[in-house]
Amino acid sequence: MEVARKPKLAVWKFASCDGCQLSLLDCEEELLTIAGAVEIAYFPEASRAVLKGPYDISLVEGSITTPHDAERIHQVRRASKFLVTIGACATAGGIQALRNFRDVREFHRVVYASPHYIETLNKSTPIADHVFVDFELRGCPINKHQLVEALNALLHGRKPNTPAHSVCTECKRRGIVCVMVANGTPCLGPVTHAGCGALCPAYHRGCYGCFGPKESPNPASLADWWSRHGASDPQLVRLFRSFNAYAEPFRRESEAHEQSSS
Amino acid sequence: MSNRAVRVPYLARVEGETALEIKIKDGNVNDVRLKIFEPPRFFEAFLRGRDYSEAPDITARICGICPVAYQMSSVHAMEDAFGAKVEGPLRELRRLLYCGEWIESHVLHIYLLHAPDFLGFQDAIQMAQAHPAAVERGLKLKKIGNDIVQLLGGREIHPINVRVGGFYRVPTERELQTLVEPLQWAVEAAEETVRWSSTLPFPNFERAYEFVALRHPEEYPFCEGRLVSNRGLDIAVREFEEFFLEEHVPYTNALHSAHRKRGAYHVGPLARYNLNYDRLTPRAQAAAQSAGLPPICFNPFKSIIVRAVETLYACEEALRIISQYTRPAEAAVTMTPRAATGFGCSEAPRGLLYHRYTLDDQGLITSAKIVPPTSQNQKTIENDLREFVPTVMHLSDDELTWQCEQAVRNYDPCISCATHFLKLKVTRE
Repeated sequence: MEVARKPKLAVWKFASCDGCQLSLLDCEEELLTIAGAVEIAYFPEASRAVLKGPYDISLVEGSITTPHDAERIHQVRRASKFLVTIGACATAGGIQALRNFRDVREFHRVVYASPHYIETLNKSTPIADHVFVDFELRGCPINKHQLVEALNALLHGRKPNTPAHSVCTECKRRGIVCVMVANGTPCLGPVTHAGCGALCPAYHRGCYGCFGPKESPNPASLADWWSRHGASDPQLVRLFRSFNAYAEPFRRESEAHEQSSS
Repeated sequence: MSNRAVRVPYLARVEGETALEIKIKDGNVNDVRLKIFEPPRFFEAFLRGRDYSEAPDITARICGICPVAYQMSSVHAMEDAFGAKVEGPLRELRRLLYCGEWIESHVLHIYLLHAPDFLGFQDAIQMAQAHPAAVERGLKLKKIGNDIVQLLGGREIHPINVRVGGFYRVPTERELQTLVEPLQWAVEAAEETVRWSSTLPFPNFERAYEFVALRHPEEYPFCEGRLVSNRGLDIAVREFEEFFLEEHVPYTNALHSAHRKRGAYHVGPLARYNLNYDRLTPRAQAAAQSAGLPPICFNPFKSIIVRAVETLYACEEALRIISQYTRPAEAAVTMTPRAATGFGCSEAPRGLLYHRYTLDDQGLITSAKIVPPTSQNQKTIENDLREFVPTVMHLSDDELTWQCEQAVRNYDPCISCATHFLKLKVTRE
C-alpha cells in the first residue's frame, strides 16, 4: 500500500520584524497538530533541520529591499507549489516602504556611520511586484486564526475563508459603538480590510489600518470627513502613510494630501 | 586538521537573518564574525516628521517578538520629554503587560529555541516526541504570557492599546480576574521549568563579563531605574550615550555597541539577575537556590535557568498586580507636547533597550535614536566564541558548529531588532 506523503511547508523571511512567522509559533494549542499534518521542511526561526524542495506550501514574510532578495524571491517561487504572502510587509512593502517617498541615500546617513557598507534598494516592494502570488494574508501582524484557516483550507483543497470587506462590518457585527460617529475619533475602519476583529474600536481607539485597503475603498471621501473633524493635511498624510503606505489606494490618498499641504 | 572553518550560512532558532563565520588556524581561533545580513529598515530615519503619539505603534514593528519593549521604551522617552509621570494603576498595568511579554518570550526561547540544543534535537517538534510533557508545559506556559498581552494590549503581536500617557482602554477588575487561575498554574509550571532547565548538561564555561542592567530602588527592573554594572557604572538613563557608543563594522548590517572605555558588555537576563538578585521574590530566589544557581553566575549557558527564574518572577508579579488592581477613572494621563529631548530605557526580554527622541513644539519627532539589546551583545557573543571554540576544538565540524550555534543562542539574539542586526560560518584553514 502506498503511504500518502505529508505536504511540505516552508517559511521564508525577507525584510520584516518576524512577527507574522511568529504567529505560527504563537498557535500554542494548534502547533503540534499542524506539525502532524505537514512536514515542516524549512522554517529557520524554529528549526535547524532543512529539507530540500520543492515545497507544497511556502509562507513568505517580508518585503523586497535588497538586490540579493530580489533574486532570492524567484528561487523561492520556483521551489514552491503554492506561495502565500503573510503580512503587510509581503503584501504592501511594510513600514519600511516609507523610504519609497524619500531619498534612501539620505536614510543611510541617518542610521549608519559608514553607509557604503550597506546594500539596499531605493524602494521596499511587495512580493507580488516580483513573482506570482497564489494567496495573500493581510495584517500587521496577520491574525493567527486566519493563518490556521488558510493552512487548513489549502491542505483540503478549498479557498480560505478570509473576507475582504471592511473593519466597519466586523465592528457592527461585534456591536461596538462607532468611535468616529460617537466621539469624532479619526478611524480608518471604513477603508480598511477586515481580519483583526475590529480590535482598535473595541479598545476605544480609531483603526490605524494594519490590514491595508479593503476591496474598492473610498479613502478620498473618508479623508473629507476627517477634514471636517479638523484633521490637517499633514495629519492625513501620516494617517494613510503607515504599515500599508505603499498599497495603491493609501499611497494615492497620502500623496494627494502631501501636494495640498506643500 | 588544525586549520578549520566553521560556517553557518543561516543561523536557525533565532529571530532574523544571521550568519556566523569562525576561522581556525594552527589550532587557534583567528577570526569570529557574527554577520547580520538582515536587510536594514531605517526606522530612525523615517521616524523624523512623525507625531510623538505614533512612536509606540511604529517602533513596535521593529520586532514582532518584543513589541512591548519598544512600546515601553518609547512611551517613557516621550513622557520624559514632556515632563509627565505615569503612576498608580496605569504604571502597574504597564508592568503587567511587560510580565506577559517576558513570559511568552522567555518560554518561547527556553522550550522551543534553546532546550533542543542541550538535548540534541533539531527543533522542539522533534523534542516533543521524546519529551512530550515538557514541550506541552512550555506551550501552555507561553500561552499564558500571550493571554496577558492579548487581554491588556488587544493582541499578542504589536499590541494596539499602548499610548503615551497610558492606555486607550483600561481593563475592569473582573477582566483581569480571568488571568488569576491560569497564573496560579503558571507559577507552579515556572517553578518546574527552573528545576527542569537546571538538569540540562552545561559546559563548564565562564567569562568575566561587565553586566549592565537597570536597577530600581524597590523592584526587579522593567522600565525604570538607573543603569548600573558590576564594575561601578551607576548613571541615569539620559547619560547612556555619554558612556556607550555604537560603531559601524563592515561585515554586518547591525551596529555594535560598546562601553566607551571598557568595550564589550553583557545585557539580558544574566545581567539583570546578577545585578538585581536581591529584588527577586523569595520564591524565585528559593527556586534558583534549589536549582543550584548561585546569586552570581558567569556561565552564559545557564542563562536558560535564569530565564526560567525570571519567568517565575513575572508570574508572581502579575498575580500581585492583579490582586491589588483598582480600575483607574482615566485610561491615560493627558500630554502637553513641548520642544524637548526625552530618554527611555526598559528591560526587553533580551536586555536593555534605549530610546532617545528630540521633538519640536508641535510634538513632531526631529531625531530618533534606538539601541536594541542584540546590538549591545554582539561583541560579547563574538568574544564568547573566541574563548569557547578552543574548549570544543576536538569535536567534528558538525558538532563544533552546533556547539557554536548554541553559544550564540545563549543570548536569545533578535536580529530583526539589531538591524538597524545574525548567519554561522567556521573556516578551519
